[in-house]
Amino acid sequence: MFELINTLLIGITAGSIYSLMAISVVLVWRSTRVVNFAAGGLALASSFVGAAILEKTGSFWIALPIAMVAGAVFSAFIEYFFLRPLLKRSGDKGAEIFLPIIATLGLLGIIKTILNYIYGDRVGSLPPPMSDKGFVFSGESIALSPMRLLILGIVLLLMISLTLVFQRTNLGLSLRAASFAPEISRLAGIRVDFIRTVGWAISGGVGATAGILQTTNGSGSVSPESFEFSLLLVFGFVAAVIGGIESLIGAVLGGLTLGIILAIILMYVGGSLVFIAAFLILILVLLLRPHGIIGAKGGRRA
Amino acid sequence: MLRIENLTVDHGAIRALRGVSFNVEKGQLAAIIGANGAGKTTLLRTLSGLNKASEGQAHWNDHNILHSKPEKLVRHGISHVSEGKSVIPGLTVSENLELGSLWRRNRSESAKSKKEVLELFPRLGERLSQRADSLSGGERQMLALGRSIMSKPELLLLDEPSLGLAPLVIEQIFQAIRDLTTTKGLTVILVEQNAMGALKIADVGIVLNLGSIAATGSAAALKDDPAVRAAYLGF
Repeated sequence: MFELINTLLIGITAGSIYSLMAISVVLVWRSTRVVNFAAGGLALASSFVGAAILEKTGSFWIALPIAMVAGAVFSAFIEYFFLRPLLKRSGDKGAEIFLPIIATLGLLGIIKTILNYIYGDRVGSLPPPMSDKGFVFSGESIALSPMRLLILGIVLLLMISLTLVFQRTNLGLSLRAASFAPEISRLAGIRVDFIRTVGWAISGGVGATAGILQTTNGSGSVSPESFEFSLLLVFGFVAAVIGGIESLIGAVLGGLTLGIILAIILMYVGGSLVFIAAFLILILVLLLRPHGIIGAKGGRRA
Repeated sequence: MLRIENLTVDHGAIRALRGVSFNVEKGQLAAIIGANGAGKTTLLRTLSGLNKASEGQAHWNDHNILHSKPEKLVRHGISHVSEGKSVIPGLTVSENLELGSLWRRNRSESAKSKKEVLELFPRLGERLSQRADSLSGGERQMLALGRSIMSKPELLLLDEPSLGLAPLVIEQIFQAIRDLTTTKGLTVILVEQNAMGALKIADVGIVLNLGSIAATGSAAALKDDPAVRAAYLGF
């Protein structure tokens, strides 16, 4: 029983970080219909920024927001200078539909190469800002530490802020409208191109948070060829697809589901199966519920 | 006023509009009729900035409107309600309406416009928090028109508002369009397959055929023109 609760706690924490990555992927998909593999690279680059700021200032609380802003700027930059010209030129016929996907894969490679060039074998250090020793209950230590609570708190806060922005503000209305129906939005006077860049920026900021939390929750250091980040990207995508790729709530539920299932497999089956399990879940969801776990047929949600 | 000179539009190798010229005075309701493929929708899409013109000129109030983006033209008072009940299904009725006035960045003005829309279409008022895809066809058309009015237009471009609606609802929508011209002084370009209905409420009519103007004149005269009757009104 104790073991099960601990497994769930580990799964929920990891899953909440996958949720953030999934949100990052979903936001770009909704704003430009592009599967953004560069999201993993952007999270990585932002985490390096975070590590650099942490080294300079010593404060996680300065490093995190600056890394988020950096992620937003990187992401908006990529949308504006790479994807926008590319999408204007490429059509939707034949092989052209693959252009944006290949472009984002290429960008992922470019970002890693640049980071490799700058950092080489050096790593960025992002140790947990709070104790990661589990709280003790009746003599036993549980898998909930101040650090894990902090991660859950940050994720929750970010999700609440995003929900408020999307549901309660004019910007949010523009973002939703532009993703549902770009042409009608243009006719209503929405500057859809600008709104798309904003969508990418938010995605970049969320991705940066995912990257930093993934590092502090894991090894505590980030390298250009970090396996942790490959996992983050893959699990983020799987979570986004499980959630129906269109929905923010879906991305959250997808991330948590994936995190919990993977934690259970890690605990009771074996660590070597985790990666395969993620793909099995992906395939099962695509076979049984191709619209995702909450995506009702044809109905898109905010 | 709207001045269109020698407007030519190509879709790839196909010439959709061939040197179309006409004027519409301020406050007039102009019906554009013609068969499928006559270029009616292309004309509207070009005037609202969705399609690019190959040649020609179009001015609204002496402002050159070709080569501008739709979101910019909205700010010059041009609002296009595209074909097929152009509402956003995933948003609520209220959100669809508010969308039209976001660019104005003026809450009190927007609230005033919303009140006007709800007076014009009281049925929308009962459904404000419902999603747009739960509305009937007629209600969706009302919502599309309402969204357009929210952007405080001077020139309304309406693409087949009667499409797929029941006769009684069409009458209601047409009446609302007529009211917008008469009471608010809007200029309206109404593209319609329902030629008879459109000519009944219009001041002037323009008949398009294969991308060129086949006839123009007062709506009353066109309605009684034997050639127009035979070709487009079906009797």
